[in-house]
Amino acid sequence: MFGVLGTNGSGKSTLIRLVSILLLPDSGSLRVFGHDVEHDPFAVKRLINRVSVDAAFFKKFSPIENLLYAARLYGLSASEARPRMREIMKRLGLKEESFDQPMEHMSRGMQQKVAVARGFLTSPILLLLDEPTTGLDPHSKRDVRAFVREIREAHGATVLLTTHDMEEADRLCGRIAIIDNGKIVALDTPEKLKALVTSENGEATTMEDVFIALTGRSFEDAESEENRS
Amino acid sequence: MSGFVREMRGAYAFVERNVNLMKRYWGWEVVWLIYSLTNALAITYIGNGMSAISGAEIDTQYVVTYLLVGALIWQYLSVIFYAISEMIAWERWKGTIEYTFMAPVSRPTHLVGTTLFAIGYGIVRTLAILGIVVAFFRLNLGGANIGGTVLMLLAGSVSFVGLGILAAVLPLLYPERGAQMTNAAAAILLLISGVYYPVETLPGWLQTVAAASPATYVIRGMRACLLEGRPTRELLPTVFVLIGIGLGVILMGLFIFRYVERYAKRTGRLKRSG
Repeated sequence: MFGVLGTNGSGKSTLIRLVSILLLPDSGSLRVFGHDVEHDPFAVKRLINRVSVDAAFFKKFSPIENLLYAARLYGLSASEARPRMREIMKRLGLKEESFDQPMEHMSRGMQQKVAVARGFLTSPILLLLDEPTTGLDPHSKRDVRAFVREIREAHGATVLLTTHDMEEADRLCGRIAIIDNGKIVALDTPEKLKALVTSENGEATTMEDVFIALTGRSFEDAESEENRS
Repeated sequence: MSGFVREMRGAYAFVERNVNLMKRYWGWEVVWLIYSLTNALAITYIGNGMSAISGAEIDTQYVVTYLLVGALIWQYLSVIFYAISEMIAWERWKGTIEYTFMAPVSRPTHLVGTTLFAIGYGIVRTLAILGIVVAFFRLNLGGANIGGTVLMLLAGSVSFVGLGILAAVLPLLYPERGAQMTNAAAAILLLISGVYYPVETLPGWLQTVAAASPATYVIRGMRACLLEGRPTRELLPTVFVLIGIGLGVILMGLFIFRYVERYAKRTGRLKRSG
């Protein structure tokens, strides 16, 4: 799992949108498993899926209807998709009686879990997780993280996780890039990144310490700057 | 899995999604049906009242049928136009556009699914309105060429699919107001295509514009079938013109849509949900 850490507006979601071919680069090129996103978009699209911070759905539809729509777009039949979607939603802690209820009656956390299920439903080789746990309660965060870890181990998919949750990145990711103003300022394993920095208070170095040291500001400062601008 | 099966599943996704939307918004469907029905009735009653308005002796039944044919055909064609032009607008309203555009489904497949739904939906709605309207008026379609009518309607559908694709570009370009702009396009077609009056009553320059509207040929051909009972072979040249215009407009629509989709991706317009 590869983590991209950065504040709001640092370019994390732009990176995800470029890989998902929702944005086209002004210059340069981008390849996913050897396929150029501009010249071979369908080969890329078949390999990827994405979970974003906003759980965008047809909210009058049930989770099953929304997931079936997504499954068909990826060429899955209903008979293949139905058992898989039920299994994933159960694993994510969603109650079976909610599967056929309109999503507008579900909490934000439950909707986000359905969004995670949608991302995994098509068994992508590259899964793009764009701040998937932002706004979730601690229990839901734990469910989603455990599921992501389990899937990564069971299926060996590559996961690109963007987050501004330092602890989440530290726990889940094998390698982390720190991005600031659209540029990668550091890229390594969490351990090696932490080894670059010495904690000022004598306690164990955290990813927050690393972020401050490498970008020259704290996460809160960076967020305030973004808000002011 | 073969590419064809995958594409057909993708197309079916849009059919099923639109049927689900219809089920979930059934209240809106009822309101929309009442609106269309009262519209058709109001227009047709103009024919019923023509003698009283002008004081002249008029073949009321002919005028009523003339207006009703226009109202029903326009009803059908506009349903196709709106159903296709809204294929992007719905995704904008629900914020799902990024997920649909990220999926490995081609735009022609997207269009096939949307078109299949639009034609089925258009036929069911128009028949429902026709079923109610015939209870209000005495219609004489004894000598009508029904086979020719169906052929003309299908040929006309092709053009409106193309026009729908062209209109679908607007919500892609203008996230906030694009969907409303399609109303202006529909209104222009209604004005120039001779839906409720012969095109010849329009000013000369508008008649020239009317010649470019596929609806002009559909409505003229349908009236020839239903009111004059003209045989199908006489209508074939019009059918070929309509299919030709339709294919041209579809190809142009796909080309423009592809160009605008790339532009929207370059400028980050998919992100904003309006």
